[in-house]
Amino acid sequence: MTSRKLELFVGFFVALAIAALLLLAMKVANTGVAGSDQSYQLLAKFENIGGLKVRSPVKVGGVVVGRVASIQLDPESFQPVVTLDINSSYNNFPETSSLAILTSGLLGEQYIGLQPGFVDENVEILKNGDYIEDTKSAIVLEELIGQFLFNRGNQ
Amino acid sequence: MLKQIQQLGANTLGTLQGLGRATLMLFGALWGRPRPLKNWHLYMKQIYVVGVLSLLIILVSGLFIGMVLALQGYTVLAKFGAEQMLGPLVALSLLRELGPVVTALLFAGRAGSALTAEIGLMKATEQLSSMEMMAVDPLRRVIAPRFWAGVISMPLLALIFNAVGILGGHLVGVDWLGVDAGGYWSAMQANVDFQQDVVNGVIKSIVFAFIVTVIALHKGFDAVPTSEGISQATTQTVVTASLAVLGFDFVLTAVMFGG
Repeated sequence: MTSRKLELFVGFFVALAIAALLLLAMKVANTGVAGSDQSYQLLAKFENIGGLKVRSPVKVGGVVVGRVASIQLDPESFQPVVTLDINSSYNNFPETSSLAILTSGLLGEQYIGLQPGFVDENVEILKNGDYIEDTKSAIVLEELIGQFLFNRGNQ
Repeated sequence: MLKQIQQLGANTLGTLQGLGRATLMLFGALWGRPRPLKNWHLYMKQIYVVGVLSLLIILVSGLFIGMVLALQGYTVLAKFGAEQMLGPLVALSLLRELGPVVTALLFAGRAGSALTAEIGLMKATEQLSSMEMMAVDPLRRVIAPRFWAGVISMPLLALIFNAVGILGGHLVGVDWLGVDAGGYWSAMQANVDFQQDVVNGVIKSIVFAFIVTVIALHKGFDAVPTSEGISQATTQTVVTASLAVLGFDFVLTAVMFGG
């Protein structure tokens, strides 16, 4: 076999492998938030985060606008502090917006639902590092059952 | 009793000597300045023999393993009404485990055994000795190109295996069993992490490539130069390399995904 033909086959082989890597990187794995890695951070305190994890999505009306960057415990109030990476193209949420930890489907994974609030002259737009004050905790099944039994007992 | 302990000691010493000779061989082959430009055609030839000629078996088995995974996964997932998790199931099992491991096993059978037989026959027909007589270092000329070809080719083969397997899963899951195509890809994208899953799978396949290639070269270089010795060495290559891959796979999985 001539050297030229040999190199042609090897080149074809390597090109195929690069195409496979591209397929895996672009189509199979999630690379960052919706194509752009420009993001800003918002913080929020919750009572209970349930099963929320780092990299869980942040959704507005079902559209993913960001991801959970980190989860820490506030050392003084012992409340979980969640840091959110929000895509920079969505930079006009008012400070009256609220967050809730929701579950997709009955057994699905948990995500943060962002509900944009009203806007008027006194309401500022959320910037990098701002806290979202209005938060709703995750629903814990055991607490729900406990409440239900408690109510039944009262009747 | 004493005899068995002596046997155990002899076996241990034999294994250690083998490891030592393999290390020396690798050191001799890779020591000093590598000159890939001067020996360009040798490297190309070996990548062709080791990588390109293994392509067909990798493509076919990747396709079928992806298809079987989708078929088996679907029957279980459908019971729980979770068909949309078929994409992550296929992609994660391929990227994390099956891709690197099955590629390494096939590679040991397809390319590793050929390497051992070739080098063993070179030794039996005294080609290696005659090279030394001509002041050509057989380690640099014969072992080094084959080593690099194996280490370069196998991770590439594993990547191709993964991609083809995921497409095979798509073929069965979406086109045959009727899982939603958008759900297949989007659930996959939501659950597969590039760093955690793709890169760790590539690291695994590089480690396996190193193990399989070194074992194949060492068994060939160390073979008893008779026809029986070469046949034994070839068998040993496939058995030892497969066991080593499976063993190291457990260790790597525990380190990467266990914590």
